[in-house]
Amino acid sequence: MSAEAVHAESFIRRYLFSTDHKTIGKQYLLTAFFMGLFAVGWSILIRIQLAWPHANLPLLSRLFPGLYQDGVLLPERYLSLVTMHGTVMVFFVISFALVSGFGNFIIPLHIGARDMAYPVLNMLSYWTAVPACILMIASFFVPDGAAAAGWTAYPPLSALPQAVPGSGWGQTLWLLGMALFIASFTMGSLNFVTTILNLRTKGMSMFRMPLTVWTLFISSVLGILAFPALTAAAIMLLLDRHGGTSFFLPSGLVVGGQVLEHSGGTPLLFQHLFWFLGHPEVYILVLPAIGIAFDVVAVFGRRPVFGYRTSIWALLVIGVLSMIVWGHHMFTSGMNPYLGEYFSVATVAITVPFAVLGMNLIASLWRAEIRLHPAMLFALAMIAAIGLGGLGGLWLGTASSDMYLHDSYFVVGHFHFMIGVVTAFGIFAGTYYWFPKMFGRMIDQRLGKIHFWATSVGVFFAFIAMHFLGLGGVLRRTYDPTAYEYTASVTWLNLPISIALFLAAAAQVVFLVNFFWSMFRGQKAEANPWEAATLEWTTPSPAPHLNWRELPSVFRGPYEYRTDGRAAGYRSQVVPDEPPAEVRA
Amino acid sequence: MTVGSMALERFPMPPRPAEARPPYAMGLVAIIASVTMLFVAFTAALLIRRTAPDWVPIDLPGILWWNTGVILASSLTMEFSRRAIRRGATALAERWTAGAFGLGVVFLGGQTAAWLVLVEKGVFLPSSPYASFFYLLSAVHGCHLIGGLVALGWCWRKLRAGAYGAFGHRGLGHAAIYWHFVGGLWLYVFFMLGAL
Ligand code: HEM
Ligand SMILES: [Cu+2]
Repeated sequence: MSAEAVHAESFIRRYLFSTDHKTIGKQYLLTAFFMGLFAVGWSILIRIQLAWPHANLPLLSRLFPGLYQDGVLLPERYLSLVTMHGTVMVFFVISFALVSGFGNFIIPLHIGARDMAYPVLNMLSYWTAVPACILMIASFFVPDGAAAAGWTAYPPLSALPQAVPGSGWGQTLWLLGMALFIASFTMGSLNFVTTILNLRTKGMSMFRMPLTVWTLFISSVLGILAFPALTAAAIMLLLDRHGGTSFFLPSGLVVGGQVLEHSGGTPLLFQHLFWFLGHPEVYILVLPAIGIAFDVVAVFGRRPVFGYRTSIWALLVIGVLSMIVWGHHMFTSGMNPYLGEYFSVATVAITVPFAVLGMNLIASLWRAEIRLHPAMLFALAMIAAIGLGGLGGLWLGTASSDMYLHDSYFVVGHFHFMIGVVTAFGIFAGTYYWFPKMFGRMIDQRLGKIHFWATSVGVFFAFIAMHFLGLGGVLRRTYDPTAYEYTASVTWLNLPISIALFLAAAAQVVFLVNFFWSMFRGQKAEANPWEAATLEWTTPSPAPHLNWRELPSVFRGPYEYRTDGRAAGYRSQVVPDEPPAEVRA
Repeated sequence: MTVGSMALERFPMPPRPAEARPPYAMGLVAIIASVTMLFVAFTAALLIRRTAPDWVPIDLPGILWWNTGVILASSLTMEFSRRAIRRGATALAERWTAGAFGLGVVFLGGQTAAWLVLVEKGVFLPSSPYASFFYLLSAVHGCHLIGGLVALGWCWRKLRAGAYGAFGHRGLGHAAIYWHFVGGLWLYVFFMLGAL
């Protein structure tokens, strides 16, 4: 197909059922923002409850009659909110935006391909994701309320329809939504891996790929290998719920005074299967964010990335190790202490390659000519968040200290740094960086900086403070923070944490306004507004259908900034070392 | 296929433009990897679950041995088809593929019959953990086999349309590999259920 054929495409083919990787990437990104509205909204309700646990809230009661009764949030709905917030954030916001969104948009542009290896499969992947979203949200609109067993969906809570209100239809919809999500994500991963391995343009060797592509590659491989474990667990859980089997249900369970017929199953089996996916999943999300940070730091620091190859090796080591450390989520499950010791050692070992990545990011700043564009600000703050999250991880990865910290707000603080702040900042850095290429217009920098500072102040304060709540013994997923007297000395922190998070949430309004305003009214963008060296900046903004008139050839690595003393200060990947033969002849 | 292009196969290829590179093999590898991991997870579940005191194997219906024979024959048939198309014997390849497809359908019928035998004996999905695993694994395997049947059907259509020849039958090659994989997967499931 030629580039001219574009114009023949109908509106529906072009914007709705498009097979163009850029359109699909944008569809995913916008879907993620849409789902983010729900997930952030739920978290605000959670924070209101924690900040003012005994307040009477008639307005909220009127707005959400299913959640509140007589101005009070129902305890079982609190569990639904926590569950749905976690699930939707992890799978339907972060995964969608960071992996499916940026992955689809940037992989072909970064490696010099016209599209993904299987464009139709790609479209199918998106249109499987949409019903997955609908099923998830529908979970809130069934009589008993949304799933309430946590994003981890541990049985027996999730396996017994009669356990809590939310474990009725809400949980079933949750499982079906997850099943569709997994199908969609697997199609995407398959596409990413194949595209990266097979569709690189001439001269684009694996070791000339930008780190964003490398991280997406490793994430995709992890997705292909780890998600099937959750598929297996979800199928067995559905059978336990609706088929009368006892895969995860032990004997002698009593619900509502009645002994259940199930016998012999083991809930721990589910935990193993879940975390065999769950741990790699968090890396699936965090790695692309780190990859984007590398790209952004190089461009806005005007320096080559420090330790490009060691970063890749570190990524590979992280990928392998991430598959064999899942047990660190289960130290308190009564596992054999020797096994726990193994999981401890392996977990702490992961911090080594992580430190390599962090240090390489920092070292890339050495003598950099930093341009404080919002993308760069988010990338820099992300480095701090990686450090803080990793430090918390050391405490949690050590079995003996985790015995105390497990299921406390320390864990909540830790994972919000990693899976919340690092990934969200990756999304923001990527959005500010690639916006011109996506929409052909510049995004407003001043609003971007307001967005950055308000978000950062809010989340850094809140999630650091959560660590102290955890040290003070506050347990996660607790409806009433004043329920335990022994935590009274720290629970006052809940109010300032909530206020900080409201600030961060308000900043997202600024972001969305900026995003949509700039999409239509922003200043027109040139092909390469950042003087960046990678391939996507060699084609006009917005990138046309099929990306280039003629596919570019690559002659060098992705990060040649200021290395040759030329005025422009960088050499694009498509610049040959010497004039090509045609020119000399 | 010209002499020139045959010579290329023996010498390192110059880097070709991206558009010319067939990406399908890698996709097949990824699918097989992910299905393998799914059954690894089920295996782990089975190994853990069988340590509980209520794990009592049941007599599996004898027809499963026949089904195993049928799926092996189907794999062999598909391999004949692949050999045939390599020689350029399109008509023969078409017949072999049809045969493999038919045997696959027979296999699915046989599996359903095995279920009916169990149901007749009063063994249902929740009857015992062993029965649960049998129904679960045979059903999940069956679903993946149906995917293989779709691929074989596709190849059969392409063969009839004359779209495959001695040097252009990538789809058939890949369908055959997947078919051998799901056949082997049944051997594995059957062995695991029988041996444990
Ligand atoms: C630096 C290396 C890291 C170490 C040593 C580490 C260690 C741990 C440990 C031991 C736990 C379990 C705590 C408990 O439940 O008692 C945990 C929880 C968690 N970690 Fe990490 N972690 C690291 C990095 C990350 C990264 C990079 C992410 C995500 C991007 C992440 C996301 C999570 C999440 C989501 C949980 C909580 C899951 C839950 O229980 O709901 N961690 N981490
Ligand atoms: Cu983990």
